[in-house]
Amino acid sequence: MALELELISPVEIAKDIALAVQEYTLLAAQSVANFFSRPRYIGDTLHQADLIGVGSLPIVILTGLSVGALLALNAATTLQRFGSITLIGQLVSLGMVTELGPLITGLMVAGRNSSGMASELGSMVVTEQIDAMRALGTDPTKKLVTPRVGATVFMLFFLTIIADLLGLVGGYGVAHLLFGLNTRQYWTSVWQTLVFRDVFTGLIKPALFGFIIATIGCYYGMSTRGGTQGVGRSTTQAVVAASVLILVVDFFVTKLIFAIFGYR
Amino acid sequence: MPAPTLPSENPAAAAGKPSGYALEFENVAIAFDEKVVLDGISFQLPHGETKALFGVAGSGKSTVLKLAMGLIKPDSGRIFLLGEEVTRMREKDLYELRRRVGIVFQESALFDSLKVYENVAFRLMEEKTSAEEIERRVREVLRFVELERTYDMRPSELSGGMRRRVAIARAIVTEPEVLLYDSPTGGLDPVTSNTIVELIMKQRDVHKTSSLLVTHRLQDAFTMATHQFDKATNQMAVIPKGQRGEVPMSFLILRGGKVIFDGDARELAASRDDYIREYIS
Repeated sequence: MALELELISPVEIAKDIALAVQEYTLLAAQSVANFFSRPRYIGDTLHQADLIGVGSLPIVILTGLSVGALLALNAATTLQRFGSITLIGQLVSLGMVTELGPLITGLMVAGRNSSGMASELGSMVVTEQIDAMRALGTDPTKKLVTPRVGATVFMLFFLTIIADLLGLVGGYGVAHLLFGLNTRQYWTSVWQTLVFRDVFTGLIKPALFGFIIATIGCYYGMSTRGGTQGVGRSTTQAVVAASVLILVVDFFVTKLIFAIFGYR
Repeated sequence: MPAPTLPSENPAAAAGKPSGYALEFENVAIAFDEKVVLDGISFQLPHGETKALFGVAGSGKSTVLKLAMGLIKPDSGRIFLLGEEVTRMREKDLYELRRRVGIVFQESALFDSLKVYENVAFRLMEEKTSAEEIERRVREVLRFVELERTYDMRPSELSGGMRRRVAIARAIVTEPEVLLYDSPTGGLDPVTSNTIVELIMKQRDVHKTSSLLVTHRLQDAFTMATHQFDKATNQMAVIPKGQRGEVPMSFLILRGGKVIFDGDARELAASRDDYIREYIS
């Protein structure tokens, strides 16, 4: 059987993209505006915080430890050549706190939760549960989107701090056990390296990444069309879009912070 | 039963004032992806009446219900629900109006993450009703649909017919002024269908709720036109032949995006339109 390919004009594609960006922007803005109006769904927000925060803890612990250890291992090989193995703490703390901690946590939570939100809300759309909610006089963006956004931003902040800390512990494990670095030497160098700018950079990013993860997941979920196949498509698109957007935003935020505070 | 008036015969609507009907469509048209689904339809649902809406698959029956609730907007025309023009209202304002209306979706649309009582109590919880009052009303309404035993169950544990009855319970728990049913008996066995028809009839005759019933089962609508709910025996009973016209029941048939019939059972049976005669035969 011959396959028929439907050609879509570039103008139509551009229009679809512009429409998607407009709808996403409206949903994101609405999710923020809802924080300032009643009703507030505190119970739903706490439930989501449990699902997103506590549920993501195992993968954040594992990736934080692994990334810290790998960072130390790779850095130590080079530093040892120059006789500067004592700098390992500096490298790990800067790398984890300003960049890898927020980024890896953001990507892990995006993979786990953007997809979860997209599939859950997408299933609700295709089974008319969202329409039922609207028909029952409840705003789905207030009941479903805003609690997810609030919970993800709040929990990603703490998950990142945990990932940072475990990354430093992982780095310490490698530095101490494999390269014989003194405990006090490692932790002093970790502590002394960090300045306000580094901590600020490392804590502003999870707030932005959390917002991206939740709004992208919810947007793809709420705009699901085409039954169960559509739910699958939304889930994949949500993970891809959230991950790419996190990487892009990470670059620009880092650049902006360098522009404001200057290079080290 | 008096025949429904045409839009031009409704002076309130003509003057741009709130409609005197429970629901009124005025030259409503809508198309999806350039396919015209409704092409300027007009009809009225008087207070206390049940109107059965017929049409073949894809004729826009479910679309009519979604338009009535303001879940989708028409391309043109005006829709009045309980005197409010839904076509002009913002989504934010529609939430208030929708609390006075109940809807039963085709596939029930129960929240699968919530238990039966949470589904039924959803609107009451949103309105911050007290826990004791919620429990009392949920139990009462589940008793009405004869499903009190499912109180703590999940929708996934229920059969299709039970889910429809829970959906009816959810729609009526706040005693809405208008009820919209989207194929409530679709895909169900005759016994379960009969139970649901009886429930709709009970709502019509006991609570006098105005209803729009989308169905493709003509026998359900005829049962509703020829029976009434007997409170004493708690079941439906045949209306004596001479009194059948007194039941607040009418019929609306859609074809090709247009209303081709709007009248009562007697007028439907007397219709000479070939399509209608074939449809009801």
